[in-house]
Amino acid sequence: MSHAPVMPLDGPAHLDWPQAAAAEVREAIARFPVARSAVLPLLWIAQRTWGWVPPAALRLVASTLELPEPEVFGIATFYTMFNLRPIGRHHLQVCMTLSCSLMGADRLFRHLEHRLGVGHGGTTADGRFTLRRVECLAACGGGPCMQVGFDYHENLDESKVDALLEALK
Amino acid sequence: MSRGPLLFRDIDTPRLAALETYRGLGGYEALAATLGLKSPDECIEIVKASGLRGRGGAGFPCGLKWSFVPKNSPKPRYIVCNADESEPGTFKDRELMEKNPHLLIEGMILAGYAIGSHCGYIYLRGEFEYIQRILDRALAEARSAGLVGADVFGTGYAFELHTHLGAGAYICGEETALLSSLEGYRGQPRLKPPFPAVEGLYACPTVVNNVETLMNVPHILKNGGAWYRQWGTEKSPGTKVLSVSGPVKRPGNYEIPLGLPLRTLIDSPEYCGGMRDGLKVKGVIPGGSSVPLLPASELDTGLDYESMNAVGTFLGSGGVIVIDDHTCMVDALWNITRFYEHESCGKCTPCREGTYWMSEILERLEHGAGRETDVALLEDVADNILGKSFCALGDAAAMPVQGMLKHFRAEFEYHVQHRRCLVNRRRQSLEEVTA
Repeated sequence: MSHAPVMPLDGPAHLDWPQAAAAEVREAIARFPVARSAVLPLLWIAQRTWGWVPPAALRLVASTLELPEPEVFGIATFYTMFNLRPIGRHHLQVCMTLSCSLMGADRLFRHLEHRLGVGHGGTTADGRFTLRRVECLAACGGGPCMQVGFDYHENLDESKVDALLEALK
Repeated sequence: MSRGPLLFRDIDTPRLAALETYRGLGGYEALAATLGLKSPDECIEIVKASGLRGRGGAGFPCGLKWSFVPKNSPKPRYIVCNADESEPGTFKDRELMEKNPHLLIEGMILAGYAIGSHCGYIYLRGEFEYIQRILDRALAEARSAGLVGADVFGTGYAFELHTHLGAGAYICGEETALLSSLEGYRGQPRLKPPFPAVEGLYACPTVVNNVETLMNVPHILKNGGAWYRQWGTEKSPGTKVLSVSGPVKRPGNYEIPLGLPLRTLIDSPEYCGGMRDGLKVKGVIPGGSSVPLLPASELDTGLDYESMNAVGTFLGSGGVIVIDDHTCMVDALWNITRFYEHESCGKCTPCREGTYWMSEILERLEHGAGRETDVALLEDVADNILGKSFCALGDAAAMPVQGMLKHFRAEFEYHVQHRRCLVNRRRQSLEEVTA
């Protein structure tokens, strides 16, 4: 059960799938005998398209799949990876689970907090970074590790993280 | 240099993910030697004879699982690969799929053929988006080569295969929760029975197998069940990929013959090469964070299903987490318990509430605010989760607590009496940073 943030009421009032996304949506639905199975793929397409999943996108997914809106809201809040509010350009997700923690993840996270001036879930004022603690990323042998967006960075320490932050504009 | 006898034999071959390279090393030969030449029942018998057990964690015999699919059901059947790899300490499927996607595709086609399925799904955890790209590329190649699609290898057998991306939920590694998620619901578990083999995806007969299990299948069907038994023990035949993490000199994935002593894995230069920075082993979690840990005195135990059971733990997913002598066990257990509190799906009370209360107690202990009754209370909460939760997540949260209290109870009591850790190198580093 994810500790999902309270649903924001902001974002655009109405959204439609752009042309390229509409093709992806059709292709995703065609993979299943039951359209409802495409709910996670459609939420991913929405997140790729708009950078986050605003309420209007949840309504769009619901209408596309002919599902009640509260069902889609319930699904989107169950999983941790859908951003239900806007995030920074680079999403820093630091693994804090045991293997990474044994190798210094707590210290690394503190370092990032100090460097960026934000805590867990915070976004820097310039909109560049969102920092988040996450659970095991399946990179335990390369701990401490962090995902930036979907990119894995392993065997991190303070200086490697500093160099990485410099490179992420 | 080869990193293992079977799944890791060619793993570091450049461009192994390309169809041409994979075929050059004998890839898809098992498919050619099976489709139309062996009956589905023969395939199931061969896998049964190999003794292959599920590599995701439960260790259930694979051939037996396949044989539970009803033969004359009019419904479509599905083969689903559990590529959710979410058990803390486990990172083998990620490397296997990243480097050798065609072996998984070949295993899926063969498993599909054996159970009479014409459609398969690979359920990946959301963080594995880059692996979905690798698999989709490999699938496109396999489709162009006629290995996946309406007429596999010109044999008339039709098989479609799709990848599917989860979105961040440990519970989706539990097979019925995975199926709920794949159907487009919240990833919450369902009661068993009915088991997925009878009523799984869309209430149709479904087999759910782990990545590593499916990758063993082409090797077994090509070379036979007896051949597979050249590795391992009588009850745990074959090889297993173990993911080793923690302060060892060379953490990583190692394919071992089942039965290898845990000490050899940690100390041998062939594997992890011992501990780093002069640290000593305090305890080892042998099968992912869900299983009870072993103290250093049990390091000579063999890494196989039955030897691990004999000392009160499980081989599980093969996620070996090595804990050193400068680590506080209360702190380590608090970390593990927080994970289960975060990942409990909320469906049943013992797990939802119990994981919360165990975290509360451990936080108190770790911060020097433990009460006289806390160690007994912690044990009581764990005992009231084990076997009483809806799915295995509750057991997974309770067993590490029970294992820690069995072997390191004195350290927990020390926290109550002295209001501080016996040792804790991580706390010192934390204090340095926050000073």
